Amino acid sequence: MEYLMIIVSAIFINNFVVVQFLGICPFLGVSKDFKSALGMGLAVTFVMTLTCLITYPLYTFILVPLGLEYLEIIVFIFVIASLVQMIEMALKKFSPTLYNAMGIYLPLITTNCAVLGVAELVIDSAQIASLINIAESSMNMGYAVLYGIFAGLGFTLSIVLMSGMREKIARLKIAKCLKGFPIAMIAACFIAMAFYVFALI
Amino acid sequence: MKTNFKKIAKDGILTNNPTLKLVLGTCPTLALTTMAMNGIGMGAAVTFVLICSNVLISLLRKIIPNQVRIPAFVLIIATFVTIVRLLLDKLLPDIYESLGLYLPLIVVNCIILARAESFASKNPILASAADGLFMGLGFTLALTLMGAVRELLGSGAIFGVKLWDFQIGFFAQSAGAFFTYGIFIALFALISNLIEKKKKQKTLAVNEIGAEV
Repeated sequence: MEYLMIIVSAIFINNFVVVQFLGICPFLGVSKDFKSALGMGLAVTFVMTLTCLITYPLYTFILVPLGLEYLEIIVFIFVIASLVQMIEMALKKFSPTLYNAMGIYLPLITTNCAVLGVAELVIDSAQIASLINIAESSMNMGYAVLYGIFAGLGFTLSIVLMSGMREKIARLKIAKCLKGFPIAMIAACFIAMAFYVFALI
Repeated sequence: MKTNFKKIAKDGILTNNPTLKLVLGTCPTLALTTMAMNGIGMGAAVTFVLICSNVLISLLRKIIPNQVRIPAFVLIIATFVTIVRLLLDKLLPDIYESLGLYLPLIVVNCIILARAESFASKNPILASAADGLFMGLGFTLALTLMGAVRELLGSGAIFGVKLWDFQIGFFAQSAGAFFTYGIFIALFALISNLIEKKKKQKTLAVNEIGAEV
């Protein structure tokens, strides 16, 4: 039951993009067509999961016992940057097809706030506990990784929805000053309204 | 070469406003504009990081090898963000609380990396510091203005001071953030287009007079 709660919370109630405003840059930048939106979403999900898998134990088992919590930002951004680089190299070597599909989005992910955001969120046990409705002391690595996966899927869902709307918008006639970012923001506004429903659960 | 501070100032606040024209650093803009005060807090933090990182990157611009410049920039930015975070935690705990998750996320704020890459790594120290200051000010102004509008419409208050009971809940919520931001970008583009047109007409008129004479 509690796993279901995590899934629903991470994907719908506290959707990373439209409720928590994390990862807005790719949400607006890479949502012009369905295919690239899906590729970006899955690449982000992959990196977010691996990030949680590394940063959570790194913080709880190394930084905290050594009293080095204040270094978290520097350590996390380094982990993410090297992780992205390694994934890129590994994909190039072992799976060229996957690299062709995902490769171009990978360098962009380093500066995606969704990834650093999820790393910071899962170590803040008070906040994460209230987000996924568990006791603060029972937070563990399993929850952290699970949250990473489903928050990433939530990101994918909203960027794919956005790409669908923008493909339709591209065929419409709109005022010149609304073209580009403004109309995309207003489309995002409607997606955000749709997500209100889940906040009532 | 003499640095043109007037141009840097105009670029940062108006012509290349990072929030309204370049649409960079969108995450904190959308998340923190529920209150005008947040805009000032976030703006000040970003401006501080921007000035410091611009100065340091400009100082080191001939030392940092080209291939590793992005990791080096990110490391410099992360260091200053850590400093801001520790300072705010101790000195202004209220603002630290209200900025929350978005304070560490300044590291991945595109404005700072963009300025490091496109300005500080090519220009001398003083110009880079000025660029940091005015880009930061442009960001702060945009955030505060949007915060004021959303706070006024969403909760009938401004800077935490209650003015009236009339409120539209829509503007206080996430959909309202997207809507307000969209309208702001559109208005900004509209106004700057109008000004440009007027300027063109003026120069055209001057040229015509010159031709007649």
